[in-house]
Amino acid sequence: MNKIFSYPEALVDVPMHYCPGCTHGIIHRLVAEVIDEMGVMSKTIGVASVGCSCFNYDYFNFDMVATAHGRAPATATGVKRVHPNCLVFTYQGDGDLAAIGTAEIIHAAVRGEKISVIFVNNGIYGMTGGQMAPTTLPEMKATTSPYGRNTALTGYPIKMTEMLALQDGCVYAERTKISSVASINKTKKAIRKAFELQMAGKGFSVVEILSTCPTNWGIEPVEAIKWMENNLEAYYPVGVIKAPKEVE
Amino acid sequence: MAEKILMKGSEAIAEAAIRNGCRYFFGYPITPQNEIPEYLAKRLPEVGGTFLQAESEVAAIYMVLGAGAAGARVMTSSSSPGISLKQEGISYMAGAEVPCVIVNIMRGGPGLGAIQGAQPDYWQATRGGGHGDYRLLVLAPATVQEAVNLTYEAFDLADKYRNPVMILGDGILAQIMEPVELPEENKEQPEKTWAVCENHNRPRNIVSSSYPQVDVLEQINLRLHKRYNEIKNNEVRWDSYLLDDAEYVIVAYGSAARIAKAAVKMARAEGIKAGLLRPVSVWPFPVKPFQDILPQVKAFLALEMCTGQMIDDVRLAIGNARPVHHYGRLGGVIPLPEEVLGKLKELVKEGK
Amino acid sequence: MGYIKIREERCKGCTLCINACPKKIISLAPYTNSKGYNPATLTNEEACTGCGSCYAFCPDVCIEVYR
Repeated sequence: MNKIFSYPEALVDVPMHYCPGCTHGIIHRLVAEVIDEMGVMSKTIGVASVGCSCFNYDYFNFDMVATAHGRAPATATGVKRVHPNCLVFTYQGDGDLAAIGTAEIIHAAVRGEKISVIFVNNGIYGMTGGQMAPTTLPEMKATTSPYGRNTALTGYPIKMTEMLALQDGCVYAERTKISSVASINKTKKAIRKAFELQMAGKGFSVVEILSTCPTNWGIEPVEAIKWMENNLEAYYPVGVIKAPKEVE
Repeated sequence: MAEKILMKGSEAIAEAAIRNGCRYFFGYPITPQNEIPEYLAKRLPEVGGTFLQAESEVAAIYMVLGAGAAGARVMTSSSSPGISLKQEGISYMAGAEVPCVIVNIMRGGPGLGAIQGAQPDYWQATRGGGHGDYRLLVLAPATVQEAVNLTYEAFDLADKYRNPVMILGDGILAQIMEPVELPEENKEQPEKTWAVCENHNRPRNIVSSSYPQVDVLEQINLRLHKRYNEIKNNEVRWDSYLLDDAEYVIVAYGSAARIAKAAVKMARAEGIKAGLLRPVSVWPFPVKPFQDILPQVKAFLALEMCTGQMIDDVRLAIGNARPVHHYGRLGGVIPLPEEVLGKLKELVKEGK
Repeated sequence: MGYIKIREERCKGCTLCINACPKKIISLAPYTNSKGYNPATLTNEEACTGCGSCYAFCPDVCIEVYR
């Protein structure tokens, strides 16, 4: 028998610190597999942000820059301007990208910065212990919305990827989810499209991936995926939001 | 020898950066330093460089982090309120050991303050500025020529120590025009084996200030501390005027030192043995010259365009050995040499 | 005809692979690994088709699939 699936080369073979059932690990693997399949590991530079994924510089097997909360798109801009032939991507959670880093992400899209953004949205701050995020759903409980998110007090969940897609500099925006083998494969294809468009010099690309946080949602991993589909996906519909004609 | 040309301080700083290999600039408009980005917006494309106006000072400093991590010579400039915004990123760069040059053209504060030149950011510049136990190498030019020389040198120092270097100027220095001799273009840059870039057959590089293990972070802190001590040993810079027999010593840096020099001349004409000690590196602060001249000195006068910040370093340099006084104008008001002379005469009269 | 190898020390017992397996032939072992997790284990080697669903879902990338 032949080995069909195993550890990708672009991922360092070490245990990851994520909680059991956290989908970050799946997304890390998808990013790594795409890099392996494109044969670009030697010219990939990742930018780690702040949140649960802030230690991913230990996991990705290529050059990495770790930066501050929300600032990954600006940092990636600096990297990409110096090394325009490299594949440069940020890996950001929803607290990082949709709250403190709103200005940086929007303006990276506005500039048509030739970077790709892996945006992992699970509707909550994971690393700091389950606080309300701008993406937290109405009525959803978090440690700083203990009675459920009150929209009269804190407003409504932010739809970042739609907002990014509106910018002329953004060439590709897709929202996917991690809920089935098919949706995982679709996510991988979306990441590949984003990376390929970047390498073709087309502009800014973003893949938002609906994800889970079993620990801070307080739900078992398998149930968390169902909850994500029934709730997060209802608010954040998956699909291609913007793509160049040749990709559609 | 190159011929002298007339240049504005801010433009001279920008040109000096290019002359020492700076090819990336990220910034955000703020007065009174706008001529730096404006000059570079024209000049950098001519030399194959990149000028990018960011959406904020915060974004600009992280673009600097990215470009610096990628191995480029990179600069940003701003003025007091904008430098406050950059502090987070400066701390991250100190922690991640990313070299860069930051220009602070100071103006009056606090808050929005006013756009006229002042010196209220000395503490912020010399005490780290952002969070965490770090230092910046801070150079404070007093003339346009010195601004050229120090900016040029700042890129070498940043690379040598893998640490951000700050040029601490003010609105006067940025706006004044003086003849300068520009250095030759330097095409040689040190190899940066630690930078992120295309990677063939070397272990991967990680540029990060994240050290989640406390014992590891302690070792990093100790390593940085050792480097700061090296900077203290190697990079102290200062200048003086009529200091040899001075009994009353004005201590001033940057534009204030120009005023101090005029006051010293006037005092000498009236028979007062005045002199000027001018720190050029304000971190590391020049301690030794204070100790060397101490026996002859009756009193020190710290002249600063703020309520007194550098005076702390003067006191740290001499302890309680001599009285240390302060004179300054605030909020962008420039002290006149006559006022400084008046203060000196007061000290002489009172035998302080 | 397939086979999977699970690196039990890496497994956190999250059960996502168990849920993903179309043949329902993965379950948690009755013992724990050194981290205290009951690792996933293949219960019926004959029935495995090597489809890779478990691999696709494993957040710790601790499954190798042979076919």
